[in-house]
Amino acid sequence: MEFGFTTAAYVVAAVLFILSLGGLSGQESAKRAVWYGITGMALAVVATLIGPGSGLWLASLVLVALGGAIGYQLATKVQMTQMPELVAAMHSLVGLAAVFVGYVAHIEMGRVMAMDETQRAALEGFAALLAHKQPVEVSILRVELFLGIFIGAITFTGSVIAYGKLAGKVSSAAVKLPGGHMLNIAAAAVSVICLIWYFNTGGLFPLFLMTLAALFIGYHLIMGIGGADMPVVVSMLNSYSGWAAAAIGFSLGNDLLIVVGALVGSSGAILSYIMCKAMNRSFVSVILGGFGGPAGEQMAVEGEQIAIDADGVASALEEADSIIIIPGYGMAVAQAQQNVAELTKRLRAKGKVVRFAIHPVAGRLPGHMNVLLAEAKVPYDIVLEMDEINDDFPTTDVAIVIGSNDIVNPAAQDDPNSPIAGMPVLECWKAKQVFVSKRGQGTGYSGIENPLFFKDNTRMFYGDAKKSLDELLTKIS
Amino acid sequence: MKIGTPKEVFDGEARVAMTPESARMLQKLGYDCAIEAGAGVAAGFMDEAYAEAGVEVVHGAEALWRGADVIAKVRPPSDAEVGMLTADKLLISFFWPAQNGDLMQAAANKGASVIAMDMVPRISRAQKMDALSSMANIAGYRAVIEAGNNFGRFFTGQITAAGKVPPAKVLVVGAGVAGLAAIGTSTALGAITYAFDVRPEVAEQVESMGAEFVYLDFEETAKDGAESGGYASVSSPEFAAAQLAKFREIAPDIDIVITTALIPNREAPELWTKDMVDAMKPGSVIIDLAAEKGGNCKLTVMDQKIVTDNGVTIIGYTDFPSRMATQSSTLYATNIRHMMTDLTPDKDGRVNHNMEDDVIRGATIAHANEITFPPPPPKVKAIAAQKPKEKVKEKTPAEKRADEVAAFKAQTKSQVTLLAVGGALVLFVGLFAPASFMQHFIVFVLSVFIGFQVIWGVAHSLHTPLMAVTNAISSIIILGALMQIGSGSWLVILLAALSVFMAGINIFGGFLVTRRMLAMFQKS
Repeated sequence: MEFGFTTAAYVVAAVLFILSLGGLSGQESAKRAVWYGITGMALAVVATLIGPGSGLWLASLVLVALGGAIGYQLATKVQMTQMPELVAAMHSLVGLAAVFVGYVAHIEMGRVMAMDETQRAALEGFAALLAHKQPVEVSILRVELFLGIFIGAITFTGSVIAYGKLAGKVSSAAVKLPGGHMLNIAAAAVSVICLIWYFNTGGLFPLFLMTLAALFIGYHLIMGIGGADMPVVVSMLNSYSGWAAAAIGFSLGNDLLIVVGALVGSSGAILSYIMCKAMNRSFVSVILGGFGGPAGEQMAVEGEQIAIDADGVASALEEADSIIIIPGYGMAVAQAQQNVAELTKRLRAKGKVVRFAIHPVAGRLPGHMNVLLAEAKVPYDIVLEMDEINDDFPTTDVAIVIGSNDIVNPAAQDDPNSPIAGMPVLECWKAKQVFVSKRGQGTGYSGIENPLFFKDNTRMFYGDAKKSLDELLTKIS
Repeated sequence: MKIGTPKEVFDGEARVAMTPESARMLQKLGYDCAIEAGAGVAAGFMDEAYAEAGVEVVHGAEALWRGADVIAKVRPPSDAEVGMLTADKLLISFFWPAQNGDLMQAAANKGASVIAMDMVPRISRAQKMDALSSMANIAGYRAVIEAGNNFGRFFTGQITAAGKVPPAKVLVVGAGVAGLAAIGTSTALGAITYAFDVRPEVAEQVESMGAEFVYLDFEETAKDGAESGGYASVSSPEFAAAQLAKFREIAPDIDIVITTALIPNREAPELWTKDMVDAMKPGSVIIDLAAEKGGNCKLTVMDQKIVTDNGVTIIGYTDFPSRMATQSSTLYATNIRHMMTDLTPDKDGRVNHNMEDDVIRGATIAHANEITFPPPPPKVKAIAAQKPKEKVKEKTPAEKRADEVAAFKAQTKSQVTLLAVGGALVLFVGLFAPASFMQHFIVFVLSVFIGFQVIWGVAHSLHTPLMAVTNAISSIIILGALMQIGSGSWLVILLAALSVFMAGINIFGGFLVTRRMLAMFQKS
């Protein structure tokens, strides 16, 4: 096929991809938007297979089919609570693919450069593309594929670690090797030196050295970030996988790769920004890991945590007219979303107003809670964002906190010395009564004491969220 | 310690200061409870119910007063009851210390502590023990019911087969707790309700209850009700004249008037004059909730219902809460219980009379042989004073425009700076990079722009599907692998093949899982 046809197919595919992202602005249009994305991808793959510079298309199809079969298995088997792990794992694949493609480009470049004119003229495929490059273009190509490999390698190890942390295979605490950020800086410096080296010589060794450094940066950077910051990490890795694709697109001279890479990159960047904003922390402080040092003595929390049993919660719910449920990561861990949905259904059947308040960073993935609740068939129009519902707490009878901690911590507003001071939080303590379903008296991931648990109108409903709700459901018909 | 509640001695008083329910809560605080036999009967609480709640039923007032350390009752004590107080006792009841100076002196001489429920300061923390409010709420409700009882028509307008019924018009004067309760009840019954208050800031509350606020055509630097702890204060003669003129104007239209205007420690202001009563239609009803303090209408006779010559019924009952004794006892007992909770910080059944506490200090009128009335002003301001009006004053159009221009200029400046820096960088790259690179670069920059524009519109709840979709389409990297797979050595083929394989996993996995997620989002 002609080059022009492939380009035309790319243009259509690019438009479809943009529509597919834009369609996510609403739940209904999103269902259509996925099909745009799928069509765009199919078009792009087919156009490349039959376009100039491709070979072994049968093998390619077989490989795609094989990969597809595995992908299908993954996508249908995965529990919705495991979404963060799945997304992180898939990012690592994109990162690794980018590294491989970058290396192939390097190998091919070396081969083509070694040829003389007549051999070059006889080349086909990707090599032919390379053969037409001017010397200055070759230099730029080196920078591009260097960048592609660098970002790809960081994405790969970073995602693997993020997957490990989310799946509980790696400790979710922030761990740093001795030397801390100096190690990262050193690795980055090595990479820069390698870039100059590679730019001048085009040898394999600097490329390889840089890859090792980048792999290390990815590993160490994500190891140093704690579990609750995972939404930022995952969206950041998402962004990186996009930039890696864009860089590879430059080195291969493929506009569609550039367009899609840029779309994905900016999407991930915006998500990271939104997550950081929701935690009132700068992107840098999240990436560098750990909380910034508190400015002074934190307010001491006075009072005691008062426990309550399922009977008490049930009778309070019977009397309440308006109820707001605030789910957090604890609900995902305990797999309690079905019970929450059942509770919601029963309460709504009694004519009570039940709504959900979702903090932007609840869970381990942007929008994590929405997906879990949707899985449990909670209608999405009663699931509200923080800004939509925060003003309604004073007129609410009962607020139920299920497995969330920092996002309902009043210290963020009251205590200027708190590590989370200034972070927007759900003001559930303004409700007439608050029930907190929590495993024990611990302070949770961030180690910050939560004065909410000590408030007069707060009752602690200790126990595993799923078991507690099971018990509660027996009391509410 | 033991909390005891005697039977009310005041004639016709049906309320009781302890209910079986409140007794249970008091016992949780560590107190023993006792009640005089028959004390709760008029309010619908039988002795058996108390006994079942663990309350000791004591026969005879004297025995009860002797046995209890804390006496909780409703009405101010009679002289005989004061005589039974001793130095170690605490009395909690309504007291009206400003009117009952002698009684207060007598109690102080006995050495007993007295907490007057009517002196609880009006601050948010003390709302749970604000018995005046809970009683006023009942009075307001009952006033409307009483009016309806004496009014010969429907409240709500109806069009029936037997003819059209006009809705009743109700005017509520004074939008305090009682007034607002009356407004709520009256609108709920379907009447057209008007309300007036000298404090213009309550207009919003009135309108939120569904009534129409009667505004005066009168300019005055209105006093902020917050200065006097949320109560009305005396208005200027000019204002009073304007107010009366307005009432006179609307009097012939009004079917039911409910007056609740009281000024603390003063005789009730006259708001509904005789000529207004004369102007009203026969069958109209006036409920004067201020009857105890002389009445907002001077024709009102305290504790009686009278009918004027032109057929207007004027009701001057002062015992509205007592007429709903079950409800008012429940609420009052709860107020008392909250007071005891504050008095018992350690929940050990011992009273800790903390005179540093604003609420306890404010309500205590006699303590340790001394009269402690009137209390010093509370440390916490009852209601935040309204901000001076100047601050919220609208900016002049010129100022507004100046602000807009300034904001626009600042925005332009930052945007131009960004563009200049970005442009300069691009130009710098362009100086060195070849044309083929620049072509791709344009595509790249434009795509980033489109990405930013599009992603901002994505709903928060769809962020996870967004990640899955972007993950799926970032496997577009497969194109690179597909282009390379056909050329070169076995190593190239192997690496490219691996890439194709991994990207394949991603494409299918990403799209399928997105579809799965989106299919779950359902509307109710």
